[in-house]
Amino acid sequence: MSIPRHSYFEATARRRLAGLLDAGSFREILPPAESTPSPHLASLDLPGAFDDGVIVGSGRLAGKPVLVISQEGQFMGGAVGEIHGAKIVGLLRRAVAEKPAAVLFLIDSGGVRLHEANAGLIAISEIMRAVLATRAAGVPVLALVGGSCGAFGGMGIVAKLCSAILISEEGRLALSGPEVIETVAGVEEFDAKDRALVWRVTGGKHRYLMGDCAALVEDDIASFAAAAGAWLAGQQEAGPSLAALRATQTQLENRVAAYAAYRDGLQVWAALGVQNPESVPLLDRDSLVAIKEGLPT
Amino acid sequence: METLEYRFASAPAAAAETPALCGVVGSGNLEILVTPGAEAQSCAISVKTSARGFGDIWQAVLAAFAASHAAGGTRIAINDMGATPAVVSLRLGQALADYQGGGQ
Repeated sequence: MSIPRHSYFEATARRRLAGLLDAGSFREILPPAESTPSPHLASLDLPGAFDDGVIVGSGRLAGKPVLVISQEGQFMGGAVGEIHGAKIVGLLRRAVAEKPAAVLFLIDSGGVRLHEANAGLIAISEIMRAVLATRAAGVPVLALVGGSCGAFGGMGIVAKLCSAILISEEGRLALSGPEVIETVAGVEEFDAKDRALVWRVTGGKHRYLMGDCAALVEDDIASFAAAAGAWLAGQQEAGPSLAALRATQTQLENRVAAYAAYRDGLQVWAALGVQNPESVPLLDRDSLVAIKEGLPT
Repeated sequence: METLEYRFASAPAAAAETPALCGVVGSGNLEILVTPGAEAQSCAISVKTSARGFGDIWQAVLAAFAASHAAGGTRIAINDMGATPAVVSLRLGQALADYQGGGQ
């Protein structure tokens, strides 16, 4: 293939937005010159970022009006501090009022910014509430996960509260990060330095095979744009409901019953019915999608 | 963290309407925000850096930038996470080019 690709994984949060949205349509809310760096980081004698590591604004995706949030994983691991969180919550509240076609949430975060302690924790819980309120108002919130920090901790939960998740093979999604698990439960439980294992347990291919993500996307900004546009075209936001919640709960209980004893994605994939599970990490995106579509549901 | 303030004489830059930002506050990297400044013949630069004790090197790198570029009439704010002098020079040139090219 000679089509030029622009890696989503390698791009900054700003470049991702520029490539995702219709050309020239992006308008930033609270741009760097008008935003305030984190006072908490300053009080800890650490340099902040003008936009506090998140970019919010409006634009168009395949002609449809959308609001966007893009986290910068290179700044403090995309972690959520007070101002960072307030920008996200404000944008989601704007979505409730403005009713755009969707909110695109480009998640690239390890979760709470520990430097900001309770302010960061509160920010995460406010984001969770705001995502659900946005969906309840009939506006879908689409999570895009394909950055180096993935979606972990509180942002892993936020990702699962969104209407759907688009993920690349490079993307990761989980609650506790690999290093956290190893620190708490020991290297026998989980070896965080075994990158292949980390991806077999938290990576995009595993999440897609498990049905946690709506689509597996190439690590390419244009592919994310196309997948987001396609998802938007075929989707009606039903809003969070008790029935949907109960169905998910049952599904998760079944998952625990079926797979809790396994130690590795390889075992889970075999149990799912994947032939040659050891070949999965080397498969390209299209081959893996073909396998997933051929699995018994 | 160390906060450094400089002002250099520099040839006037073409006036731009929108501020420009380039770079990210990541390890070995920095972000530079260029906004309109007060005096057409000088460039005011403020630096917040995680690495202490490199004021002389900042002074040298920034002075070379102000002398070799038309950066007068701008205010440049930098958040740095340990970028090397070469990276700082490249980013400064990029930020000024973005600023004069109308931002992104």
